[in-house]
Amino acid sequence: MNWVALKMLTGDRSKYLGIVFGITFAALLMGQQASIFCGLMLNTTSQIRDIQGADIWVMDPNVQFVDDLKPLSENDLHRVRGVPGVAWGVRFYKGLTRARLDNGNFQQVILLGLYDATLVGAPQEITHGTLADLRAPDAVIMDETGFRYLWPNETFRPGRVMEMNDHRAVIVGLCKASPTFQTFPIVYARYSQAVQFTPRERKVLSFVLAQGYPGLPIAEVCRRIHAQTGLQALSREEFIWKTINYFLRRTGIPINFGITVALGFFVGSAIAGQTFYLFTVENLKQFGSLKAMGVGNLRLVRMILLQAGVVGLQGYGLGMGLAVLFGMGMKAAAKTIPPAFFMPWQILAGSAVAVLAISLLASLISIRRVLILEPAVVFK
Amino acid sequence: MSIAVALQNAPAPAATAVECRGLDKDFGEGETRVQALCGVDLEIPSGELTLLVGPSGCGKTTLISIIAGLLDPTRGEVTVLGERLTEMRSGPKISFRGKNIGFVFQQFNLLPALNAAENAALPLLIAGWNRARAVAKASSLLEAMGLAGRAHSMPSELSGGQQQRVAIARAIVHEPRLLVCDEPTAALDAHSGQLVMELIRQVAVHRDRAVIVVTHDQRVYRFGNRIISMSDGRIESVAVQQPT
Repeated sequence: MNWVALKMLTGDRSKYLGIVFGITFAALLMGQQASIFCGLMLNTTSQIRDIQGADIWVMDPNVQFVDDLKPLSENDLHRVRGVPGVAWGVRFYKGLTRARLDNGNFQQVILLGLYDATLVGAPQEITHGTLADLRAPDAVIMDETGFRYLWPNETFRPGRVMEMNDHRAVIVGLCKASPTFQTFPIVYARYSQAVQFTPRERKVLSFVLAQGYPGLPIAEVCRRIHAQTGLQALSREEFIWKTINYFLRRTGIPINFGITVALGFFVGSAIAGQTFYLFTVENLKQFGSLKAMGVGNLRLVRMILLQAGVVGLQGYGLGMGLAVLFGMGMKAAAKTIPPAFFMPWQILAGSAVAVLAISLLASLISIRRVLILEPAVVFK
Repeated sequence: MSIAVALQNAPAPAATAVECRGLDKDFGEGETRVQALCGVDLEIPSGELTLLVGPSGCGKTTLISIIAGLLDPTRGEVTVLGERLTEMRSGPKISFRGKNIGFVFQQFNLLPALNAAENAALPLLIAGWNRARAVAKASSLLEAMGLAGRAHSMPSELSGGQQQRVAIARAIVHEPRLLVCDEPTAALDAHSGQLVMELIRQVAVHRDRAVIVVTHDQRVYRFGNRIISMSDGRIESVAVQQPT
C-alpha cells in the first residue's frame, strides 16, 4: 500500500508541490540563517583560531572575549613564566589602530604583535613574501582580504608603505587569515614594532601566550597559572567558547537570528501543515473508502506518515541544498570580504530535526482526522 | 405486504447471507436523539440481487452500513456470512470486511491518482497481493467487463458509466461473498444506469454471493430478485419477483 500512499500524494500535483515548498522554505530559512549566525560567531573567534603555536591564553581576569582588551603588566609575563608546569610564555599584542594609507585615506586595522624572538602566533600561510621578512625594520604582513579591501584591483608588491601612529610601516608580505567579525584588515608585526604603531600607554601587553610541559594536561597548567598569578588562563577551545558565549549573552545577534529561524519554522509549519491538512481533507472520501475496504487505522497512519516523511525529506534536501548554494554563491560573489557563512553538521542535524517536527506536526492533524473518520462516511 | 407473508411466499433461498434481528440504531442523545432504525428483522439470501428501496432518510444507508460492518447498531444482532458482526472486535471486523465484502459507491470513490486497473486491484493489494499480480487480475476483469484498453486510463479520463464499471470490478475482484452497492446508478444517466445494473446482475450475482443494492431509481427495480421497502426506519415490505 506504500505506493498507493505515494501515488495519492504525488497525484495532487499542486498540493504536493505546496507541501514541499512549505518545508523547503522552512529548511532554507533555518539552514541559511543559522549558517550565517554560525559564520558570524566563528568570525568573532578568528584571531584565537588563527594564532597557533601556543595552547594557553593568559589574560586579565576580567576579560570576557577576545576583543575585550585589559592590558597586563610585564611583571605578569614573568609571573606566568614562573608557574611550575609552564614551559614558556611569550608576549602577544592585539589591538585596533588607525592606519594612514599612501593615498591619504585612513583605515582602522587589527594589529597583532608577535613575540620578537620566536614569532609565536604568526600566520599559518604566507602567500607573498616570507615570515622572516617580518624581522626587517618597520615590516608588517597584511592579510590578503584586507589588502584587496584597501587596494582593490592592485597586484601586491612588497614595499608598499602606510603609517600607524606616525610610524612608517612597510608591507613586506601577505598572508591568509580567517575573516574577522569587524571586517578590518589584519596587520601582523613584531611585538616591539607593534607597540610603536599604537599610542603610548603604560601597559600594552594584551595576552601572554603560554605552553605547558609535554604530558601535563592543559587544564592543569591553566589551573596552576590562575592559582599562582590570579590571572585568567584558558585553553584555545575555552577562549573560543568564552568569546562566543559573550556574543550570545550580551548582543542581540542570537535573538535576531533566532527570530528569523523561528519564523522559518512556524511559517514553514503553517504552510506545510495547512496544505497537508487540506490534502487529507480532500482525500477523506478516499481514506474512508480504503477504511471500508479493510484498511485498518494503523495502516492508514503508516501511509500518512510515509507521505509526510517523503515530503519532509524532499523539502529538507531542497531547502538545505538551496542554503548551501546561497552560501557558495555569496562566497563566489564576494570580491573582498567573504561573507559569514558556516554550516557545521549540527545545523544539518538541527534542521533535520526541525523538518521532522514540521512533517510530524503537519501529519498529526491529518492523522487525527483520518482516525476519527467513520468508514460509513463513504455512503454519505 | 407484511414481512411474514413475503417470507412465506419467497422461494427457499440457497443460504442466508445476512440476518438482522431486532436492529435499532439511534443517533444523538436526549432531545436530539433520532431513531434511524427501529426493530429491523431481515434475512438476505445468497445468490440473489436484493434491492433496498425507500424515501430519503428512511434508514437504507444506515442499514447497509450496519450490515457492512461500518456502523454498530444500538441494539439488536447482525449475522453476516455466519459471523456475528455485533460481537466482533474492531480488528477482526476490518479483516472480515476486507475479505468478504465488496463496495460500490454512488460517487464511485475511485482514487484519482491511480489508473483503472490499479483502482480495481485495490482490494487485492489490501489483502497483501503482489502489485503486478493484483493489477494483472484486475486488468483481466476489466477486460471481461468491456473495459479492455481502458485499464491504464485515469478516472478523470473515463465517463461516469465507465468509472462505475471500474468500481464494480474493484468491488468483486477479490471475490467477496457480499456485495453492497449504494445508489450505483444515481450519478449516471438512464442508459448508463441500466447498463451498470445489467453488469451487476451478470458479473456480480452468483450462487455464493449476496448482492444488496440501495436505490431510489424505480427503473432498476426490475433487476432485483427481492425488493425490500423501508419507511421511517422500519421494513415496510419484502417483495420477491423474477427479474427481467
